[in-house]
Amino acid sequence: MSAPRTLFDKLWDAHLVKAPTPATPGILYIDLHLIHEVTSPQAFAELRARNLTVRCPERTLATLDHSTPTTPFDDLGQPVYASEEAAAQVAELEKNCAQFGIRLNGWSSDHRGIVHVIGPELGATRPGMTIVCGDSHTSTHGAFGALAFGIGTTEVGHVLATQCLLQSKPKTLAIHVDGSLPRGTSAKDLVLHIIGKIGVNGGTGHVIEYRGAAISALTMEQRMTVCNMSIEAGARAGLIAPDQVTYDYLRGRPYAPQGEDWDKAVAEWNALRSDAGASYDREVHIDASQVRPTVTYGTHPGMVVALDAAVPAATSLQDRRALDYMRVEAGKPLTGMAVDVVFVGSCTNSRLSDLRDAADVLRGRKLAERVRMLVVPGSLAIKREAEQEGLDQVFRAAGAEWREPGCSMCIAMNGDLAQPGQLVVSTSNRNFEGRQGPGARTVLASPAVAAASAVAGCITDPQSLLQEQAA
Amino acid sequence: MKPVSHIRSRTAVLAHENIDTDRIIPARFLTTTERAGLGRFAFNDWRYLADGRENPSFELNRDEARGCEILVAGRNFGCGSSREHAPWALLDYGLRAVLSSEIADIFRNNSLKNGLLALVISESEHRYLLAHPGLELAIDVAAQTIELPDGGRFGFQLDAFAKHCLLAGVDQLGFLLAHNDSIEQYERLRGVAA
Repeated sequence: MSAPRTLFDKLWDAHLVKAPTPATPGILYIDLHLIHEVTSPQAFAELRARNLTVRCPERTLATLDHSTPTTPFDDLGQPVYASEEAAAQVAELEKNCAQFGIRLNGWSSDHRGIVHVIGPELGATRPGMTIVCGDSHTSTHGAFGALAFGIGTTEVGHVLATQCLLQSKPKTLAIHVDGSLPRGTSAKDLVLHIIGKIGVNGGTGHVIEYRGAAISALTMEQRMTVCNMSIEAGARAGLIAPDQVTYDYLRGRPYAPQGEDWDKAVAEWNALRSDAGASYDREVHIDASQVRPTVTYGTHPGMVVALDAAVPAATSLQDRRALDYMRVEAGKPLTGMAVDVVFVGSCTNSRLSDLRDAADVLRGRKLAERVRMLVVPGSLAIKREAEQEGLDQVFRAAGAEWREPGCSMCIAMNGDLAQPGQLVVSTSNRNFEGRQGPGARTVLASPAVAAASAVAGCITDPQSLLQEQAA
Repeated sequence: MKPVSHIRSRTAVLAHENIDTDRIIPARFLTTTERAGLGRFAFNDWRYLADGRENPSFELNRDEARGCEILVAGRNFGCGSSREHAPWALLDYGLRAVLSSEIADIFRNNSLKNGLLALVISESEHRYLLAHPGLELAIDVAAQTIELPDGGRFGFQLDAFAKHCLLAGVDQLGFLLAHNDSIEQYERLRGVAA
């Protein structure tokens, strides 16, 4: 009988073209390669320079999201780019996809959207796969029990040309999340809480497997939010074993197997869990019942605090610098801090359930004066679903901008950005200095906290707004 | 990639922990389709004031830091995004090595593939180098040692393949392409169409 294996071991073993040796890394086969306009052009240039072709165009899926405008189209129905360079970058991807026979979910596609939103939405992301993309938030797809991680552009070239990557075997970290999340908390609060516990470098060199009752209780969209931010703890990837929730999400999606193939696939997917007795390099236990609405207060995603708790005192020059940059005072909670901009979107929190969470808080309310709010759906499909439900009307009535899909203000390279000094409550994944615009200050939060803060004009727990209403 | 075997240079120090790739090169400079010429954007938002002048208080703008090819950086350097523009920018800026007690995985991997020596050193040596900017160091990739001006030496971690690639200037894509038979065999065995 073979030794018990973790979910990661099973995914790794199944994709080894060649096992690692002391002198060489393993050669890992890649089932799905997602590409976008920012990290692929130099890789295609390398293929051309070497006269190589794309080995498996059918395993490659492209979209436009990063430099892509989310503002309304012009009178001729054309996108309005922030710069000629951004337009040229998108045109380059269109040209590369046409030349190498790659499916592009471009401007004319009904499936355009953020790369980590459309993969799952199309059923292109499935359990048991290896998935890579020139984007660190590729960890999102691990929510399906797929080994998914971000790579650089040189490696994008490797996968285009060979469908393989050279990889040394990472370590494993089990994060057991026991108990259940309290009412009024979300998957975003949970993952911020986890990063706060293990640190911004707590996962370096490791693939995380999230396990336990609180994880099993999450929907697929919530699981994606958790796995998405694995990289913010430095992890190579985040994984959740597939189960009935996964299958219910995938069934009937365009690229999901159909009929007998579906039954066969589910039988295979059912084996994708860590065996009893399998050992991890490290294990961490988190008590879900301790999670409260949580936000970041500093300049990396490990600097987190519960909304009702005081910001911890700076213990290093580094921390003091972060507090100064954020203009945050230690010893007081963040609630009440004035807000300039609210951003609901990104591969972390731009799915339909996220938009509903924000809309539930905004319904019948108005944004505070001077607050600007952008709501940017993760994909065209989500945008249309939200509009069918009337969510766009809720956002517009409150005074928020309802945008076309894209990465938008998460990475602030398409013209959607905050001004120097502005405080942004953002449902995205990174609060680095200047991430959302030079000098901009970012507080990461859940969609509900972001929406409540937009209404109040200061950082606010949505529960306090809802109680106000009830009173 | 050109072979890299020895680097001798004075060090510049950026002691900040968790210097992320948005710090190294802000996303608004990623609309390029080239890999050359990104050095002018390296550390942009620290390096320049809002009016475009150099920021005199940024460590790397000081006279003694100019021309240094070895950067000693605080723990967890290169965290954040997978943008390979980060090592491209640092190389074009003139750096050839980054030393820290911890370096983020994707950044380290991207760096080594481009011949930028992203090297993890022990915490005690890291502390010493952070406290002593401007030391002349000699990095020997083959011996996996870093020599101090007083002749003292210490080691660094580097996996065997990365080392081989650096020393021989191995083209990793060429290495993968040479395994085409194994890849085809894998595809046949798993029943996946090539």
